[in-house]
Amino acid sequence: MSDDILKYQQLRVVIVGHVDHGKSTLIGRLLHDTDSLPDGKLEELEAICKRRGTDALEWSFVLDAMQAERDQAVTIDTTQIWFSTALREYVIIDAPGHREFLKNMISGAAAADAAILVVDAVEGVQEQTRRHAYLLHLLGLRQVSVVINKLDTVGYDTERFQVVAKDIVTYLQSIGLSASHIVPISARHGDMIAARGDNMSWYQGKTLVDVLDSFEVAMPPLARGLRFPVQDVYRYDDKRIVVGRVETGILRKGDTVLFSPTNEKAVVTSIEVWPDDKDKVEAHAGESVGITLDQKIFVERGHIASHETNPPMLSNVFRAHLFWLSQKPLRVGNSYKIRYGTHEAMVTVQSIDKMIDTQDLAQSDEVGDVERNAVAEVTLRARELLPVDPYIDNFRTGRIVLYDGYDVVGGGTISMDGYADQRRSIKPKSDNLYEVELLTSYEARAQKNGHYGAVFWFTGLSGAGKSTLAMAVEKELFEKGYYSYVLDGDNVRHGLNVDLGFSPEDRAENIRRVGEVAALMADAGQVVVSAFISPYREDRDRARAAAPARFFEIFVKADLSTCEQRDPKGLYKKARAGKLPEFTGIDSPYESPENPELVVDTQHNDIDTCVQQIIRYIEQNIVLSEKEGHKIVALS
Amino acid sequence: MYQYLDDLESRSLYIIREAYKRVDPLAMLWSIGKDSTALLWMVRKAFYGRVPFPLVLLDTEMELDEVYAFRDKLVKDWDLPMKSELCPPEEDMDKTLPPATRAAMRKTEGLRNLLEKEKYRGIIAGIRRDEQAMRAKERVFSPRTLDGDWDYKDQPAEFWDQYKTEFPDGCHVRIHPLLHWTELDIWRYTKRENIPYVSLYLAKDGKRYRSLGEKNITFPVDSEAATIDDIIHELETTKTAERSGRAMDKETEDSFERLRASGYM
Ligand SMILES: Nc1nc2c(ncn2[C@@H]2O[C@H](COP(=O)(O)OP(=O)(O)OP(=O)(O)O)[C@@H](O)[C@H]2O)c(=O)[nH]1
Ligand SMILES: [Mg+2]
Repeated sequence: MSDDILKYQQLRVVIVGHVDHGKSTLIGRLLHDTDSLPDGKLEELEAICKRRGTDALEWSFVLDAMQAERDQAVTIDTTQIWFSTALREYVIIDAPGHREFLKNMISGAAAADAAILVVDAVEGVQEQTRRHAYLLHLLGLRQVSVVINKLDTVGYDTERFQVVAKDIVTYLQSIGLSASHIVPISARHGDMIAARGDNMSWYQGKTLVDVLDSFEVAMPPLARGLRFPVQDVYRYDDKRIVVGRVETGILRKGDTVLFSPTNEKAVVTSIEVWPDDKDKVEAHAGESVGITLDQKIFVERGHIASHETNPPMLSNVFRAHLFWLSQKPLRVGNSYKIRYGTHEAMVTVQSIDKMIDTQDLAQSDEVGDVERNAVAEVTLRARELLPVDPYIDNFRTGRIVLYDGYDVVGGGTISMDGYADQRRSIKPKSDNLYEVELLTSYEARAQKNGHYGAVFWFTGLSGAGKSTLAMAVEKELFEKGYYSYVLDGDNVRHGLNVDLGFSPEDRAENIRRVGEVAALMADAGQVVVSAFISPYREDRDRARAAAPARFFEIFVKADLSTCEQRDPKGLYKKARAGKLPEFTGIDSPYESPENPELVVDTQHNDIDTCVQQIIRYIEQNIVLSEKEGHKIVALS
Repeated sequence: MYQYLDDLESRSLYIIREAYKRVDPLAMLWSIGKDSTALLWMVRKAFYGRVPFPLVLLDTEMELDEVYAFRDKLVKDWDLPMKSELCPPEEDMDKTLPPATRAAMRKTEGLRNLLEKEKYRGIIAGIRRDEQAMRAKERVFSPRTLDGDWDYKDQPAEFWDQYKTEFPDGCHVRIHPLLHWTELDIWRYTKRENIPYVSLYLAKDGKRYRSLGEKNITFPVDSEAATIDDIIHELETTKTAERSGRAMDKETEDSFERLRASGYM
């Protein structure tokens, strides 16, 4: 037998669409018409249908094996079944159409290379037709064809076919998908499945089987940048083998690889497989292998190896385009575990930026909680720097799965639009030893203090409540036993910055110094609360860069008129009278934070509520839990 | 030959290593049949010749003699961490079950006892989706409830190779690294990798076993396939279902569903 490459290719095709539109029936019939059912299966089905008293033969029973599925005539869970055409082998994935089982639809569809969207000729495009199509897109499927089913029930009417076809094409186009073919079929009677049948001579296009054969098998992503997420590290016979799967690109013996987020480099000295193969010098995308390195650098599960020239970005904040599967809605402020590749991290929902109605594609900025089966764009923030790839650059590593407790609750793709790579803020490799030394001591101090040091940077208009909140927060932290300290105008202007005035340059320098001091204190283990207007983004970003991964920007928010009404020190009055030039908010701008870690609304909440909100947030970010403690990366 | 097997194998290695990293303590069911022996081979690949968890035979003392002999030889040749769990007698099984299903139930109970004793959090099993329609609905990491049941009407979402690996105390997870393989794939792989197999799979006097189970409830099927190449050729053309020689699958419409729901492989 020849190893005809095409013949042994497997293509995975998922069948999706609204409940009852005939997905399972279609698959059962497809298997029958291509002579792929095992002997006796048809007779078995006939007997079951007879016993159950269904009038027609239910082809869906080939897939719908559960009693509950047959009793209710609905697919509950996804299933996979094999068949082959003259061209190649297929794995056909059946997906449930009922909205209740969307998690199962996703579990099936995420494994596919291509999709067939089934639409009932009578019912036309329905809620799950649209939602499934949208999710196909979000799951990254680009090869999609449509079948309009149950043409028998509309007398094989070409006009009805045209109407439904037009509807679905319009919707697909609006989400950036295009159907390669649209086929009129009758799943029950087998028209246009494997054979054309006699009922639709008006249709000139391909049969379903021909459409399947026209899909392309995805080639392994060899041309993308190398990503080798570390799955585990084995120590066998004095050898340290770093195992994992090459997600994209090619890994070669002799390559220098860079590990993220540690920024450590080493040379690949061998590619390890079993039984031993000395000729193995390359591993391609998709291969599970092991490697050995020329240096004893620290490597563990979750680190991602890449080539030096094309590493993942490092960031502790990113956007995600998510689908949500949990009964418990996703809310701002909630924390979830994310996994991508072999990496795992805790993230907090910083904001919900957009809700997408998959029915009319209305994008709403009126955001509430994200309910089950909904799609949204959110901003997620982690405590430490994560190696991340935007989905557009890497479809294997650029997607995340979210967990709440034990359960998978959602998934989505990563976008880094508007976020900078924070890798440059990490020390270069020559400072290796020094860095490790500091790493230990930051950790050691945290262990001794019982909490991490960090900077909580309050920013906001004069009169927004920064100082009041800072003092109250600091007092409570202190009473709770944390090592805390407030930096504000009063205690720096008289000493550290006594040489600075209020010119724009001096203001910038003022903030720069405060940022550096705060960073040092945080490194020394203190919880620093700073209260400066700090109106310019650039200045705040610089303060953040001084303490990356332990800098938390807190926007103390109240609008100008509220602050002006409060005017506790009479400064607005003076500014309005022209006696205080370049006063922020009056004749000098305040640049609101684009992505603060926390927003505190003093306009609508009383002081005490705000203080408690801040305390909760601070405690979440400084407590030492044994499990997560070690993950905070110390940087300097 | 058959390059696509590399891809299937690679996915299985990934799953095996995930299980080892994330679930502890862990054990693997080795029924000595073609699937779990191919799986065992992949375990050795994943861990560079080692088997870092116990292999368990749920022993009803009703396996065919050749099966026991094959086991003993491989345990010796490959230095395997073998463990046998004697299953409780048939009299103890639910009397409302049809006879073959009842016999099969002994393995479920044996597994329950094993879990109770050893407190395993994960059990690796070599089942495949193409064997049987209920198995086709399985997850790669398939959680079992506190009483060991499979809640197949409400399975966790599983996508992008991220699995459910954490559970409340007392629950366990079945791990299925071969779910995406077919019977034909397994034989092509067994041939390519030169993996040993029990000779009962080869035809003698016009009959061979396609699936090995206990001698009271498993029967050989008609076949002339006397070599592994013959088997592969037979499977490329046959329309006989793999488990057609298994009595318990078809006693009633739901017999296999009931077996699996209560913990059968
Ligand atoms: N007349 C007619 N009936 C059909 C056709 N295809 C499916 N049906 C019937 O439509 C009903 C639903 O079919 P299923 O295959 O179970 O639908 P499904 O899309 O798999 O449903 P879910 O999986 O529950 O979402 C069954 O009673 C089928 O017999 C068709 O081409 N013509
Ligand atoms: Mg169905």
